[in-house]
Amino acid sequence: MNGMTPIVKKVTQLIVGLIFLYGIYIITHGHLTPGGGFAGGAVVAGSFVLLVLAYGSNILKLKKREEGSSVVESLGILLFTVLAFAAIFIGTKVFFANYLPKGVIGELISAGVIPLYNIAVGIEVAAALFTIFLALVIYKEEVLK
Amino acid sequence: MEIVLSIVIVFMILGAIYALYAKDLLSALISCGIVGYGLVICFLLLQAPDLAIVQIVVETITLVIMVAVVLNSTREELKEKAVVNIDGVSYVHQRYIVNVILVVVFALFLLYFFKESIFTLDHFGEHVTRMSTAYIEKAAEQTGSANLVTGILFDFRGYDTLGEATILFTAVIGILTILRAKGKK
Repeated sequence: MNGMTPIVKKVTQLIVGLIFLYGIYIITHGHLTPGGGFAGGAVVAGSFVLLVLAYGSNILKLKKREEGSSVVESLGILLFTVLAFAAIFIGTKVFFANYLPKGVIGELISAGVIPLYNIAVGIEVAAALFTIFLALVIYKEEVLK
Repeated sequence: MEIVLSIVIVFMILGAIYALYAKDLLSALISCGIVGYGLVICFLLLQAPDLAIVQIVVETITLVIMVAVVLNSTREELKEKAVVNIDGVSYVHQRYIVNVILVVVFALFLLYFFKESIFTLDHFGEHVTRMSTAYIEKAAEQTGSANLVTGILFDFRGYDTLGEATILFTAVIGILTILRAKGKK
């Protein structure tokens, strides 16, 4: 897969970090401002997609990345379910209960487990979208030629 | 605000109808994009910034992927020269002038409505959603989350969110299975 023109590469180099940071911000502030795991995860995935599209890559590297992002995606959903099932053993012993202390409303570290859920879903969504993109690219490079 | 919403929805419907009857696959896709981005403006007007963020990002990524698919499949490029030479005098092709004017008009149109819809929102980071007051008080109190949407998604409707995440996971497994090159032994 070839890269794009130097203009696209330079602009990507300038803004890709900002896009990535914005995604992380949306994920971690999901319980305070609009957004959350799904939105932030999609933004983070977009930054990776932009990098691959602008700079291009060879097929072996892409395959390695696909394996890695597939594993990360599975770990994300595993983290989510582990957090949900942990509620059965802690506190009120109800599935999906909020077992951590809630803290002051409006502060970054508050709302108990909700920020952790947000981070887990963010990892899952980002890795899932990136995996789908890589699968399509590899299919095109390998099978269609 | 309802008038603005109606205008945007009419544009979305026009885009959808054009997508059905367009001869070129690429222009059909782009008019599908009108529907998606019009939906973003609708979400902003209806004060749902959470949905608007998701919609704008997912729309962009899917549009990029679909355009890539179309460009790599059956489409043949129409090659036209921007400058035409007639009787020794060179003219700029009429179609290019029309295209540029259309692009500028549509960009101004979209910018105007984005401005309108953004000013009806609260400032970024302030989280006042106008639901029923009782619901607001209970949600903030019981979940400890300042953003009620997240509070509802991950606390009251936790099962739904677990299901959504599982659906995405299953979709990825399906795509990886279908798109692999050879069967594993």
